[in-house]
Amino acid sequence: MIAFVVQRVFQAVLVMLVVALIAFALFNFVGDPINSMVGQDTTIADRERLRQELGLNDGFVVQFARFVAHAAQGEFGLSYQQARPVGQIILEKMPATLELSFVAAALALLLGIPMGIYTGLHRRALSSQLLLSISLIGVSLPTFLIGILLILVFAVILNWLPSFGRGTVVHFGWWSSGLATLEGWRAIIMPAVTLALFQMTLIMRLVRAEMIEVLRTDYIKFARARGLTNRAINFGHALKNTLVPVITITGLQLGSIIAFAIITETVFQWPGMGLMFIQAVTFVDIPVMAAYLVLVGFFFVVINLVVDLLYYVVDPRLRIEREQVAGG
Amino acid sequence: MAELAASSAAAVPPSRLRRFLDSDLLWSFRRSPVTVVASIVATIIIVGALTAAWIAPQDPFDLASLSLLDASNPPAWLEGGSWAFPLGTDNQGRDVLSAILYGTRLSLVVGLSAVLLALLIGVALGLMAGWRGGFVDTLIMRIADVQLSFPAILIALLIDGVARGILPREVQSEIALYVLIAAIALSFWVQYARTVRGSTLVERNKEYIQAARVIGVHPVRIVLGHLLPNVIGPVLVIATINLALAILTEATLSFLGVGLPPTQPSLGTLIRVGNDYLLSGDWWISIFPGVVLALLILSVNLLGDWLRDALNPKLR
Repeated sequence: MIAFVVQRVFQAVLVMLVVALIAFALFNFVGDPINSMVGQDTTIADRERLRQELGLNDGFVVQFARFVAHAAQGEFGLSYQQARPVGQIILEKMPATLELSFVAAALALLLGIPMGIYTGLHRRALSSQLLLSISLIGVSLPTFLIGILLILVFAVILNWLPSFGRGTVVHFGWWSSGLATLEGWRAIIMPAVTLALFQMTLIMRLVRAEMIEVLRTDYIKFARARGLTNRAINFGHALKNTLVPVITITGLQLGSIIAFAIITETVFQWPGMGLMFIQAVTFVDIPVMAAYLVLVGFFFVVINLVVDLLYYVVDPRLRIEREQVAGG
Repeated sequence: MAELAASSAAAVPPSRLRRFLDSDLLWSFRRSPVTVVASIVATIIIVGALTAAWIAPQDPFDLASLSLLDASNPPAWLEGGSWAFPLGTDNQGRDVLSAILYGTRLSLVVGLSAVLLALLIGVALGLMAGWRGGFVDTLIMRIADVQLSFPAILIALLIDGVARGILPREVQSEIALYVLIAAIALSFWVQYARTVRGSTLVERNKEYIQAARVIGVHPVRIVLGHLLPNVIGPVLVIATINLALAILTEATLSFLGVGLPPTQPSLGTLIRVGNDYLLSGDWWISIFPGVVLALLILSVNLLGDWLRDALNPKLR
């Protein structure tokens, strides 16, 4: 167990270093950082002095080590576009993205799993077929198109919900929350639904497939033969065993929710990190891009790590296999 | 995978057309009405896009033919619309139908090229990793692992952003098309490389490869002439499924404003541009390109799924 954990953590650190290296390369090879800091009439001697002061003449390894040390403290320099510390900008934008992601993830899970169970248990029912067909269309429709359609129907035609922004935000220390007011909840409905839809269909299909698979196995047949109630079989025995892969996929999907938030935030002009990143890409704001990259990389690595460990805890078979591989 | 290649290689004699008409593939195609409908829809969209230059009512790039008097016309069947512009016009008087036809062509070009490039990169690296093994294998597969832990769209966005930083501003909109293709291809190659590597590891130790080695065939010829045909099957199926994903990625990037510029609009760019007029009620500028995009992706998806199932020996 410890060997496995150490190995996984080591791998995660390695991935983080690669991501940091890419971010560092962005800083150094995409444009000259000095050029983007000083005016055109700065003399070559001044530029050289600045270069020396900033440590840009040091060796590659030294510079990279310094970058990693700064990044670990949340220091990514100044944004080219806004001339403010990047760490500060990100801290401002993060609550918006995280709130949106969590509401979307909760929505996807709370609707996806029951729908998956239902369609798995009542395979031939008309309602199941209907749900599946709709989910196929849901998977094929691009995220941004769903957002646009929602805006058209609920904001333009019906005028029920706001079409952009977070509504009123309340500040709790550095955390700005839109979930404390009714207006904020009204504003989050459409973005959260848009973001959740794809993951929801994915979870639903996964739970359904797993349910069907498990219901076919011998131990379920045996449980039926013993005369257990449907409820005990379906939820006590079958569901429990379907949840193992669901945990993995859902965990990994949590990462993609943060990534796909880029699209949703653009559609609804949601003031989060995704919108910030898109603006950074458009304006070639390298420090912001690098910081976002490192941060999202960090989220992903942590999520992957947690899922791996969770999987290991939940599924005893994996433990045995690993040990055999390690032994043989 | 190997069985598949073997079964198609075994039946050689009758004419190609005869074989095609008798094949399981066509039989399973005719049996599935959804697939037939999907292929008809896809064909209509693709033919429309290919013949855009002849069938489009207007050349949307010819600024001389645009008139501001025709701006923001609704579709023909609504009040104020005219049949000169069947799906209405945008804020500059551009015919939406013509823009869609030309835009679909660009979307298809980017999607197809990106998949082909990804296929090329992935298959080459996969063959190399599987054939050479050792350090090369470890290096390629580690890169693949790292890349696979991030969503493709994020990687494509990043490559696009870096390209914007490196390239001078003047040429950016000219080469946006190639940057986009490269960005999508570089975010998609991993799947091909892993599949090819897996089958290469299996095939490498089979007798025909050993025989070729023993009689002294040049390694390059063994890999390209003997190994490749036997590992390419499953990859082609992935490619068809990925086509829809590539078109979707292109549309998403263009919608986000980092794909194709408004001077050469793909479906995604059209939706982005039209999105600005959605709140003022001009819904047709963004919704019609969206519908075409959705239909295209849905039909290509369905065709890909059918192909995967039809070629899967386990499901027969």
